[in-house]
Amino acid sequence: MTDPVQQEQIIGKRRIRREDPKLLSGENRFADDLVVPGALHLVLVRSPHAHARIQRIDVSAAKSMPGVVEVFSGKDLESEWAGPMPCAWPVTAEMKNPAHYPLAVEYVHYAGEGVVAVVARSQVEAVDAAGAVIVDYEELAPVLELEEAVKDTALAHEDLESNTSFVWALEPNPEAVDAAFRDAAVTVSERFVQQRLIPAAMEPRAMVVVPSPMGGDYTVYSSTQIPHVLRVMLALTAGISETKLRVIAPSVGGGFGSKLDVYAEELLCLALARRMRQPVRFTEERGEGTMATIHGRGQVQHIELAANADGKVTAVRVKLLADMGAYLQLVTPGVPLLGAFLYHGVYDVGAYSFTCTGLFTNKTPTDAYRGAGRPEATYAIERAMDSLARRLELDPAEIRRRNFIAADKFPYESVAGLVFDSGSYHANLEKALDKAGYSDLRREQEQRRAAGNPRRLGIGVSCYVEMCGLAPSRVLASLNYGAGGWEAATVRILPTSKVQVVTGTAPHGQGHETSWSMIVADKLGISPDDVEVLHSDTAIAPYGMDTYGSRSLSVGGTAIYLATERVIEKAMKIAAHQMEVAEEDLEYVGATFRVKGSPEQQLPLAAIAFEAFTAHNLPDGLEPNLEASISWDPPNFTFPNGTHIAVVEIDEETGRVQLVRYIAVDDCGNQINPLIVEGQVHGGITQGVAQALYEEALYDSSGQLLNASLADYLVPSACEMPSFELDSTVTPSPTNPLGVKGVGEAGTIGSAPAVINAVVDALSDLGVTDCPMPATPERVYQLIQQASSK
Amino acid sequence: MRVELTVNGQNKAADVEPRTLLVHLLREDFGMTGTNVGCDTSSCGACTVLLDGESVKSCTVLAAQADGRSVTTIEGLASADGTLHPLQRAFQENHALQCGYCTPGMVMVSMSILAENDTLDEATVREGLEGNLCRCTGYHNIVKAVLAAKEEMGAEL
Repeated sequence: MTDPVQQEQIIGKRRIRREDPKLLSGENRFADDLVVPGALHLVLVRSPHAHARIQRIDVSAAKSMPGVVEVFSGKDLESEWAGPMPCAWPVTAEMKNPAHYPLAVEYVHYAGEGVVAVVARSQVEAVDAAGAVIVDYEELAPVLELEEAVKDTALAHEDLESNTSFVWALEPNPEAVDAAFRDAAVTVSERFVQQRLIPAAMEPRAMVVVPSPMGGDYTVYSSTQIPHVLRVMLALTAGISETKLRVIAPSVGGGFGSKLDVYAEELLCLALARRMRQPVRFTEERGEGTMATIHGRGQVQHIELAANADGKVTAVRVKLLADMGAYLQLVTPGVPLLGAFLYHGVYDVGAYSFTCTGLFTNKTPTDAYRGAGRPEATYAIERAMDSLARRLELDPAEIRRRNFIAADKFPYESVAGLVFDSGSYHANLEKALDKAGYSDLRREQEQRRAAGNPRRLGIGVSCYVEMCGLAPSRVLASLNYGAGGWEAATVRILPTSKVQVVTGTAPHGQGHETSWSMIVADKLGISPDDVEVLHSDTAIAPYGMDTYGSRSLSVGGTAIYLATERVIEKAMKIAAHQMEVAEEDLEYVGATFRVKGSPEQQLPLAAIAFEAFTAHNLPDGLEPNLEASISWDPPNFTFPNGTHIAVVEIDEETGRVQLVRYIAVDDCGNQINPLIVEGQVHGGITQGVAQALYEEALYDSSGQLLNASLADYLVPSACEMPSFELDSTVTPSPTNPLGVKGVGEAGTIGSAPAVINAVVDALSDLGVTDCPMPATPERVYQLIQQASSK
Repeated sequence: MRVELTVNGQNKAADVEPRTLLVHLLREDFGMTGTNVGCDTSSCGACTVLLDGESVKSCTVLAAQADGRSVTTIEGLASADGTLHPLQRAFQENHALQCGYCTPGMVMVSMSILAENDTLDEATVREGLEGNLCRCTGYHNIVKAVLAAKEEMGAEL
């Protein structure tokens, strides 16, 4: 029997963020804002060379500088480490992983690697003293380009026999691949370069470690995405009991994967705080952060498609060279694997083959950067699909229609061995085309071409699917990932009936406090304002897998939802006892337990909460307090998907590409807070557009990073971006009870190929078939000149 | 050297090294950490404050140059009773911030944009924001917030 009294729905409604008032008034504290009396300042002397042997280190002048407390070389600190810097993803048993430590000991392997640690009473004094440290180097030949690295003519690590760290292959049906290419009516073969990117979160990394020498414990404040993982890794690497380490991520100013790591400076601050029995802090300067914080992407991709005469793709074959940089950081080798299963994109192909060679170079280590492996995969297949369309003189939209995995095929078992949860790829495309006014755009393009208009119009389509919520843990085990994919949550109802949620997710801009409170409030029938969300402190939330890979909602949010269900189940027992009825006769509506059929017999949740607290009259055997803890391991990944359309104008006379419109239709499953979903898509798109048009970490032939400042590295400003035109489709994921998929990376994954497809489309009548990223004015101008002179 | 200035309407003074930047004076000497540092090349704008009512990047101003002048920081916008300034409210209502690190600078430069333009359109706002970088929002909602604040505040500025 249903009751006409409706509980207010909270999930799915736009809700402004509770995080904002503090952030908008300068009240919150980022790591560098924390005032710690007596804290010493750490500054690193970094290698100016990409590859060199350290001949001599002279710190005598530096030690006598004002305010200097101590100066350490890598050798001085060798005894501090229980092990080398951690890599948690040994993708193969044979993978080469050269040991490296927070400070280089004998050799340096990239420009920016830490060589000497200067500790002084103030930041300014530490910087001044670092300038007085003398290091002599014997320069060695650097390995910089992937296609050279793979030949092993020079070695990035002098003591390894090869630059190859690993070869990882996914070849479910090699005979079928061969047969498909043999029988193909048409094949496409493309080489694409995923340039290196600098994540450039607006907050530079910062940390301070506060020791309690008598207690033997340490509190680590760090601008990290992964306080929980960091605690484990710091304990293992510095040889400190995990019980003596508390890690707190205060307000964190963006991450995008760059703070999903264990950094040399975190270990140095910890070890030096232990050694010097004083707090030690480090705040990165932007100019060093661009070298000392991980980079993203860095791949050379070879992708081949086999297709029949109608444009139906029958096989996809991919060979990757992936740039590890100088060392394997936390999940460096696993990044290409996150794309390995997705190079056939949203298309139903019969045969598939993927091989990746991970290579060392003498550049900053790479690691996960927004999308991690999936933007690369999407770029390759979506660019190749456009090539196929051109070969067959089909419209880019039509080639996609002919190949989509149909909506009635879900759950869809992919050729790469995944089970895609849900989606309506045709609907995404048609909705996006409609919204863009696709046929009108094509007409306008024709008109401009006919008129010889030097402002060329290009329209680019990109359809993507990605995998999020990396789990279940046993599948991660099969990929040799060193951790699980679960998430922990505790929900407790306090005596005054306010609710406390403890989550293992670690937000750094995603608005978890707001969204998680909505999930709980919706389920409990209370106001989100009555739900507090605690996170990012290992003393408060001892279990957690943190925030990365668009996992927080689908895994962490679900854990919270399930814990809330359990709390209601327990409260139901108490209510039944108090009202002297059977549990089955009760229902929970609007924060009230009521007897079914006679709603006047009721007890509010608040009363039950207080009863659970006093424990004066609980059912026999029931523990006091209303609290439930859950660790949830999802049964599958989730698979967000969508269609993005970019419209660009190219000035023939300058080569300048202007993004004039951007249309995105995304399916992230059910949405908890559409306001936040849209914000995530906006930012994601912008980072993909940035890769397509503006950003690249540029090195010279000696391995120097040429654009190490934000004056030279072109993070786009408001002037480069248009307003976005967003829409969505919703196919709830059957993987979790919330039906959610994740949205943190979707925008980045869909956007770079849409933009470059648009750039190539604008120039296609000249015979242009490719444009490397970033599509700078110079590059585009040259493409036009070369094409026109043919 | 001695510098004396007004910060958010209060008289402040400090003895500083001549090379001290305004942003460091605010953060380290006055403990006002709302103003953030995001780069070392005056590119990102996270440290933007108002100096005598005009937006400046406080990493390009020496503390000494602020002597005798009036500085407004993000801490100075909300009323004493905690009511957010209409611009701050517009940022919240339009989800114009995510991690919040660029936000103080974005808000302060937007104060200038609002003050300097009788009427505003999207292009003007985007041009005005050019010196301030945000890595989270793609600017879409920041632009919306500034336009909404203009609407809300009308002729107030």
